[in-house]
Amino acid sequence: MRTRLNRFLQDLESADRLDQIQGLTTQLRDALEIDHVVYHWVSVDGEQYGFGTYDPAWAQRYQDQDYIRIDPVVLGCFQRFHPVDWKSLDWTSKAVRAFRADSIAHGVGNQGFSIPIRGPNGQFALLTLSHTCSDASWEAFMFSYQRDLIVIAHYLNAKALTLQKGRRPDTIRPLSPREIDALSFLAMGYSRSQAADLLGISEHTLRAYIESARHKLGALNTVHAVARAIGEGLIIVGGAAREAAGGWPGQNQARGVASS
Amino acid sequence: MIRYLYADQLHKHAALQAGMHRDRAAQFRHRLKWEVTVDDRGWERDGYDDLNPLYVIWEPTPGVHGGSMRFLPMSGRTMVNDHFADLTTGPIVSPLIWECTRFCIAPNAGPRVAGLLMLAGGELMRAFSLTHLLGVFDARMISIYNAVGAAPELLGTRGIGRDAISVGLWPYRPDDRLRVLRRAGVSSEVSEAWFARSFGRSVGEKAAQIAA
Repeated sequence: MRTRLNRFLQDLESADRLDQIQGLTTQLRDALEIDHVVYHWVSVDGEQYGFGTYDPAWAQRYQDQDYIRIDPVVLGCFQRFHPVDWKSLDWTSKAVRAFRADSIAHGVGNQGFSIPIRGPNGQFALLTLSHTCSDASWEAFMFSYQRDLIVIAHYLNAKALTLQKGRRPDTIRPLSPREIDALSFLAMGYSRSQAADLLGISEHTLRAYIESARHKLGALNTVHAVARAIGEGLIIVGGAAREAAGGWPGQNQARGVASS
Repeated sequence: MIRYLYADQLHKHAALQAGMHRDRAAQFRHRLKWEVTVDDRGWERDGYDDLNPLYVIWEPTPGVHGGSMRFLPMSGRTMVNDHFADLTTGPIVSPLIWECTRFCIAPNAGPRVAGLLMLAGGELMRAFSLTHLLGVFDARMISIYNAVGAAPELLGTRGIGRDAISVGLWPYRPDDRLRVLRRAGVSSEVSEAWFARSFGRSVGEKAAQIAA
């Protein structure tokens, strides 16, 4: 499944039109092997976009019935930043119970998980997954993929924002010096513990810099982040870097422990 | 109990909210002499309180503030990136790292309070698959964190002695939990029940807890 998620991220990265988000939601759903994926965003001025795999009849019905006013998912995720399992929401009122029955009849599924995203300047978006299965299977799925899904939700939103503004895609946020150092050592083949030693920080701290760099680069894992950083010319690796004049802290030890 | 409350939920806990902001004034303005804003109600508040952060609040008895801290994800606007980016060599950006600021302990609060708050921070990391918490704190807090058994890793410090302010990281380390539970003086089950009460979901998968 992770291979397919990586493939999804590559396709997301190369998307250059907003309408491609629709196909990407389908691709993500298939990669996750669940019933539905929906991406929904509300801009500061109230403009809304939605892309997803729900039955169009349900999307229409949702609008016609103005369900957004009572939908516990929207109400429970707006202004939040932690991922929300639909079971934790309040489904007790009569109107909400009817809404839920209607949604299940339209194939939404009995389980759901939504990730709120706080974009820049008050923009708000939700990445929602839904499925039909037992509570235990859903919980297992959530805890296995929650971290990847949070990352994916933020990349998807960043991409949608870029495309909506008609900016050139793939503008990468600059990496900080520490992030460049961390990725450079990994790119040179050092292990995390060696890289941490070279930088005089703990492995846990190194991980925070890698995590931040990974996010800025739009990568799902470290290998992808390193590849992207090299591709973008953000880091320089290989013999040239290792032999370069000037050195870096711990360079001599680094030469001694280099794995290549 | 420990409550996990977003800012827009605080109005339902008016006494707790007032106590938190007054105790923050006592700690950050009066004791630490930080340049913070205290309004005419005696509340210490800043712009990050307006971003609907998540608060973790220890409520020893109903309506009483025993200690608290404030969380915002590093994917949005944060105090660390706005004011302390020099200490982290540039902005840290990730939805899997949350900043933890305004770590406050009420005057005369018992020695357990720091442990209880650290425990709650660990539950947030575990429940939402975070990799780290990133904190801003004064020099004195470092020894308190160490005593609790959850030492942060310092990324950088500004100022010296009493006036020093540091930025530090808490990685998610499952092993910290038992130590912190002991210092906090509560059971794992109670901590999980507090979490479930606020979030309506469990901290972790049952099987995963046994495996851990």
